[in-house]
Amino acid sequence: MSSLIAKTIEDLPYSGIRRFFDIASEMKDVVSLGVGEPDFVTPWHIREEAVFSLEQRHTMYTANAGMPALRNEISRYMSEQYGLRYHPGTQILVTVGASEGIDVAFRAVLNPGDEVLVAEPCFVSYKPCILMAGGIPVSIPTNAGNGFRVTADDIKSRITGKTKAIILNYPNNPTGAVLEHGDLEKIAELLREHKIILISDEIYAELTYGNTPHKSIASLPGMYDKTIVLNGFSKAYAMTGWRLGYACGSEELIAAMTKIHQYVIMCAPTIAQYGGLEALRSGKKSVASMRKEYDVRRRFMLSELRKMGIDCFEARGAFYLFPSVERFGMTSEEFCTRLLQEQRLAVVPGTAFGECGAGYVRCSYAYSIDSIKEALSRLQKFINSL
Amino acid sequence: MRKDILSLLEQNAKLTAEEISVILGIPSGDVENEINQMEKEQIICGYGAFINWKYVDDEHLTALIEVKVTPSRGKGFKRIAERIYRFDEVKAVYLMSGAYDLAVIIEGKSLNDVAGFVSDKLSPLDSVLSTATHFVLNKFKDHGIIFNEQGGEDERMIVSP
Repeated sequence: MSSLIAKTIEDLPYSGIRRFFDIASEMKDVVSLGVGEPDFVTPWHIREEAVFSLEQRHTMYTANAGMPALRNEISRYMSEQYGLRYHPGTQILVTVGASEGIDVAFRAVLNPGDEVLVAEPCFVSYKPCILMAGGIPVSIPTNAGNGFRVTADDIKSRITGKTKAIILNYPNNPTGAVLEHGDLEKIAELLREHKIILISDEIYAELTYGNTPHKSIASLPGMYDKTIVLNGFSKAYAMTGWRLGYACGSEELIAAMTKIHQYVIMCAPTIAQYGGLEALRSGKKSVASMRKEYDVRRRFMLSELRKMGIDCFEARGAFYLFPSVERFGMTSEEFCTRLLQEQRLAVVPGTAFGECGAGYVRCSYAYSIDSIKEALSRLQKFINSL
Repeated sequence: MRKDILSLLEQNAKLTAEEISVILGIPSGDVENEINQMEKEQIICGYGAFINWKYVDDEHLTALIEVKVTPSRGKGFKRIAERIYRFDEVKAVYLMSGAYDLAVIIEGKSLNDVAGFVSDKLSPLDSVLSTATHFVLNKFKDHGIIFNEQGGEDERMIVSP
């Protein structure tokens, strides 16, 4: 008997995170370093503006691509922050989280059998979204030796006649890696020669630490027209539950994405768009103070992990560290499962983000220093018991 | 560096010099020296805990007293302020702009306690022209800390992508 479920969907594996979540959520007193979202509540001035929008009866649909006022602000922000000029009327699409942007971008550009290069370890949705759009994901593994930065050579060796697109995510989830300016230039140099669309997921752009601020690869010569920049409000403004993101790109690409968006989404939630508007207009200070706090935790956690003798490269972005657990002689899955069962501490196995994540675990530092201390003391106990 | 250390200590005075050194990425010896120095310079005037006394006992009352005074020649408001802040029950004294001169925050065990202070100690002072006492009914937020905030629990899923 043939299945009721479409073959593509039936063949799609459940996310490794999901499996882990099922175990963890059954247990009590679990301390977690496993989340991919800020611990901060959305700043009050943003929440207040959203409440006000409801009081003002703003409860209807907006334009498909998003409220013009919001797109104006996004346009201004992209220009001021990254030197990228996008016309608010034709080059910006407001999406339901950057997640929708990922889905719609792939569907807009892929024909059946097209290959998409995916630098791994990576966010769990990329490969499924490519598969659901009829594409074929082609992994590009990266490694700790190179700070989990993908190189132009890595990319070059995997380009075939079928390569249609490449997706990059820096600052990276799950490794926290960022690309240096030199990396970007070499990648741009390579991609300029090929007819390949670059989908650049820059959702963590605001969470870049150290002296070099985030630079969008779309701002490099020759990259503007072939790059779709995905960004959103979730990470920078602690607005995960609002589900609000945006895509910027050439008129042609954004028009195609908007076509899909208008049929399947209509428009991003109006109340969230009002919140987003306030976030862009006056959220700069809130972002800076959260960034500072993350940076404090980043240094603290990195130093504590290293003190325990755990090998970990210094991540300069997002809110993750990606330490190696190879020396404990277990797979990352085993390590995480035992850590959860024996010390009730949840971290995510690196393999949930691609095969090359084997031997690593993702630790989020989107937690208060006190919670991180408690988590690390459990980790220490676990290591001592081995 | 000083401002960074201060803002960390202001949030959590329990942080050790070593922890601060990790957080700020500077040697812990330097942190220790700076803290000692700032204590000497009276930039750091003390360390304490923020306590929600309501949960400890019922006998705790805070009052804000608006005080109008006559400043003294040569010493301005300083002399009278000193006469007032020397009392142990006085927790804070501020010189204010506006309708009155000094804001005096006092803590006592009961209404009688506070009333006694105002009538026996404060009002009889020569330079005090008048007082207006306001009792604090409830503290919602103090020193930047929200008391008994609802929803402080981590509502996030234990693991998420």
